Amino acid sequence: MSDAYSDSRGNHDASIVNPRGRGTMVPGKATGERVETANAFLVGDTMSGGYGQGPDILHACTIAVDPGEIAVIVGPNGAGKSTAMKAVFGMLNLRKGSVRLDGQDITDLSPQDRVAQGMGFVPQTSNIFTSLTVEENLEMGAFIRRDDIRGTMEQIYELFPILKDKRRQPAGELSGGQRQQVAVGRALMTKPKVLMLDEPTAGVSPIVMDELFDRIIEVSRTGIPILMVEQNARQALEIADRGYVLVQGRNAHTGTGKELLADEDVRRSFLGG
Amino acid sequence: MTLRATLLFTFVLLLFVGTGFYQSWNVALTIFNMGLISAIMALGVNMQWGYAGLFNVGVMGFVALGGLGAVLVSMPPNAEAITAGGLRVLAGLSLGAATVIAAIFAYRKGGRFAGWLTAGILLAGFFLFRAVLDPGVDAIEAVNPARAGNIGGLGLPVLLSWPVGGLLAAGAAWIIGKVALGLRSDYLAIATLGIAEIVIAMMKNEDWLARGVKNVIGVPRPVPYEVDLQASESFVESVTGFGVDPVTASTIAVKLAYTGLFAVVLLVLVWLAQTALASPWGRMMRAIRDNEVAAEAMGKDVTARHLQIFILGSAVCGLAGAMMTTLDGQLTPGTYQPLRYTFLIWVMVIVGGQGNNLGAVLGGFLVWWLWVQVEPMGALLMNGITAGMADGSWLKGHLLESVAHMRLLTMGLILLLVLRFSPRGLLPER
Amino acid sequence: MEPLNALVALTNFVIIPATAYGSQLALGALGVTLIYGILRFSNFAHGDTMALGTTAVILTTWGLQSAGINFGPLPTALLALPVGIAVCALLLLGTDRLVYRFYRAKKAVPVIFVIASLGVMFVYNGLTRFIIGPEDQRFADGERFLVSARGFREATGLDEALVIRTTQAITVVVAVIVVAILFWFLNRTRTGKSMRAYSDNEDLALLSGINPEKVVAYTWLIVAALATIAGTLYGLDKSFRPFTYFQLLLPIFAAAIVGGLGSPLGAIAGGFVIAFAEVTITYPLKAVLGYALPDGWEPDGLVQLLSTDYKFAVSFVILLIVLLFRPTGLFAGKSV
Repeated sequence: MSDAYSDSRGNHDASIVNPRGRGTMVPGKATGERVETANAFLVGDTMSGGYGQGPDILHACTIAVDPGEIAVIVGPNGAGKSTAMKAVFGMLNLRKGSVRLDGQDITDLSPQDRVAQGMGFVPQTSNIFTSLTVEENLEMGAFIRRDDIRGTMEQIYELFPILKDKRRQPAGELSGGQRQQVAVGRALMTKPKVLMLDEPTAGVSPIVMDELFDRIIEVSRTGIPILMVEQNARQALEIADRGYVLVQGRNAHTGTGKELLADEDVRRSFLGG
Repeated sequence: MTLRATLLFTFVLLLFVGTGFYQSWNVALTIFNMGLISAIMALGVNMQWGYAGLFNVGVMGFVALGGLGAVLVSMPPNAEAITAGGLRVLAGLSLGAATVIAAIFAYRKGGRFAGWLTAGILLAGFFLFRAVLDPGVDAIEAVNPARAGNIGGLGLPVLLSWPVGGLLAAGAAWIIGKVALGLRSDYLAIATLGIAEIVIAMMKNEDWLARGVKNVIGVPRPVPYEVDLQASESFVESVTGFGVDPVTASTIAVKLAYTGLFAVVLLVLVWLAQTALASPWGRMMRAIRDNEVAAEAMGKDVTARHLQIFILGSAVCGLAGAMMTTLDGQLTPGTYQPLRYTFLIWVMVIVGGQGNNLGAVLGGFLVWWLWVQVEPMGALLMNGITAGMADGSWLKGHLLESVAHMRLLTMGLILLLVLRFSPRGLLPER
Repeated sequence: MEPLNALVALTNFVIIPATAYGSQLALGALGVTLIYGILRFSNFAHGDTMALGTTAVILTTWGLQSAGINFGPLPTALLALPVGIAVCALLLLGTDRLVYRFYRAKKAVPVIFVIASLGVMFVYNGLTRFIIGPEDQRFADGERFLVSARGFREATGLDEALVIRTTQAITVVVAVIVVAILFWFLNRTRTGKSMRAYSDNEDLALLSGINPEKVVAYTWLIVAALATIAGTLYGLDKSFRPFTYFQLLLPIFAAAIVGGLGSPLGAIAGGFVIAFAEVTITYPLKAVLGYALPDGWEPDGLVQLLSTDYKFAVSFVILLIVLLFRPTGLFAGKSV
């Protein structure tokens, strides 16, 4: 209990405090040295850092993605996959390293500002507005845009035709796979320069998973670079142009998806033979 | 006690001593006595909020129930009224209780028609209850309505009424806690807010019980009356020996007697509360508060513990309520207002230090002193501000008149300032 | 048995007053529920916000009246409403700036906001009494009745009379307009949708570029309008007394909770449920039953189920019943 303002004394009296939908995001801070590396489109460069005042979870970890590419972060449980993605998105206290988008240093920007700079982010959970309709979800995705969004919305509907049928339904009433499509669609509405997905297939059935991967490939064909964290390493690496295997917050292996799948070491250590 | 606590308590003591020197010892003691009672109320709320995070905004109701307890125990019985309708009222109330029990039973065991059965029992029971109760009530209220019109009390010593007041409040807390904490979501705050208003409505309305808004006056005292002291030769002799006027001396002596009684109660309660907090029980309460999920996983019945602490805290408030009615010597349901009896106690707890018993006591004294003294201080301020204005001007009159409302404003500001700049209060928990 | 007279009596003594009271409660509960949905705490200062907004309206009304301006048959207070809303909005935005914003920046838990609102409640309560005093104030003017007792009897030939006071009619009309505008705003405009999105999922709203400070500011503006209108309508219909407004907190909270906290639709439903229950149970139904029942069956007593002092008990019992059967209120999940 370090902060009096965050001590509710265990009170969760619904007649006075609203438990739903409260924000939990805390922007991270960036300090320390920055290292210049290759001119990737989006790069999290030799990042070291952790949550709050806690110990470092990432150790000189580098993640990059180029236009037209799908980059996948895989690794065993607790390897810091999601942490690496959060670091790229500015939700971690970076003690070393930098994040650059399209040549610009964005290490000091808050997550909101990174969205404005063209990063689309789909969190792993709570990634849709459940009480809003599908169409309203997409509209809110485009909140920062001041131009006509109807064209983008049509593109999304072309990409995810089921959403067009369900556009007047509250998103919370949709199935798991459809919700993920709404989530991706919402992130695409900003016309992001890069799309980041945190375990998009978590908790969906294998059939839906295949469909989602197909959709992700389709999105990538429109030219948007995609960076994603995946639990299902084998399938993810199959569609990946670039793969990062993280172990204990460090880059263990890097290469194209096919290379990694063929790599004896990677197969043995965590693809299960 | 830490240095900080010692310094702060000394400071508050100085406030009272200063009041004694600059205003009068009579005023200082009056404020101090009520400060003792406020400290006990704050202690009760601090148990609920500080130990268990229960947001009780119905303190007023429990305090009022304590006051009712004082009247029902200590006032002489009204034999005529009891013979006129006592039995009927008793029968009516038993019938009411039986209806509620039957309804709960029907709701639990009624099977498919539980809802309808319960509703039917409640509806029929209500009319039956009114049919039996109302004539009894009318009979009691018809007996000497100008001076009594109620059942009176048990005629027992008033000191006995203090624990009884606590028990009454505990009973109400049990009912309300059982219902509100048992719901699938926690709705304690609104439940306490409601029950407090209902208790006050009942006390205002049920004249047969404690005369309603006609007020009960002349509640027996645990200490001698001033006139008796003035009539006592030994008292007059001894005080004139000190060179003090007997009239002043008698009022101060009576107040000091109250101070002694209240201080004993407060000290015992603080000791009990501190001991409990240091015991395994207290550790469990804090464990539940800090991580309810973990505590539940370890097999602690969180709801039962919450109910327990809610009842205990409310009982302490009820006890304080009975003491207050004893001090006032009267029960006046019309004067119970939530800002004064619920939310001001909250200001005391927050300002003093939530979760810290000594903090609650400190807050009780300090905030009560301010509550009383803000008015004269405000009057001074307003006199200063309006000094340059023409006599009889509208603004001057308005400003001088509004001094009475300064205290609400001040209490709000104090709460906001403490919450912002010292969110753990003057005496933090740890 | 005279069903027509019974109907008229019921309408006159129960339905019309309860509809007016229900509209007032609904507007109040909407304010509470919006704050609960978006700022995520129950605002204990809401009753006093209503009182302060109404105070501004009353003072403006008096000013207009002394300047000889009136609104014909309608109460002058309606003309003063915009001023009252503006004053109330400034006050709420100022309070947010000075009090609540700090805790938002600190990411304080909601119960800290609740405690802060207790402090704000004290301050507002003191301010109201400071400005206008604790006494009763009447500020209704214009035509008193829309339908008068005599007019109704002459027109219909019935024994029972139906009276509709202008203030009751205005209450309902204004409430309908306000609610319609509010729902249009929340469901059709970009800002309204962003408020619902923020209420639904704060993190995702941030990721979508929704500015929380703007959402909060809009919320306070709407709450100022709702509170001032609710308070003014209540004051016109009954009378203005600061303490009564403070006490309205209980039925308003009850209405918001009965409807499902955070749900605007629920707040309206809850307002009417509470109002109808209160009025029906605390009104002597003798007149109605006397007409409705066959001859010889007329009740002897007043058939007043509970004395009016117990109206809070009614809100409370309704609240408990609803929570027992639907723990999340009538319109759960349809948050702001």
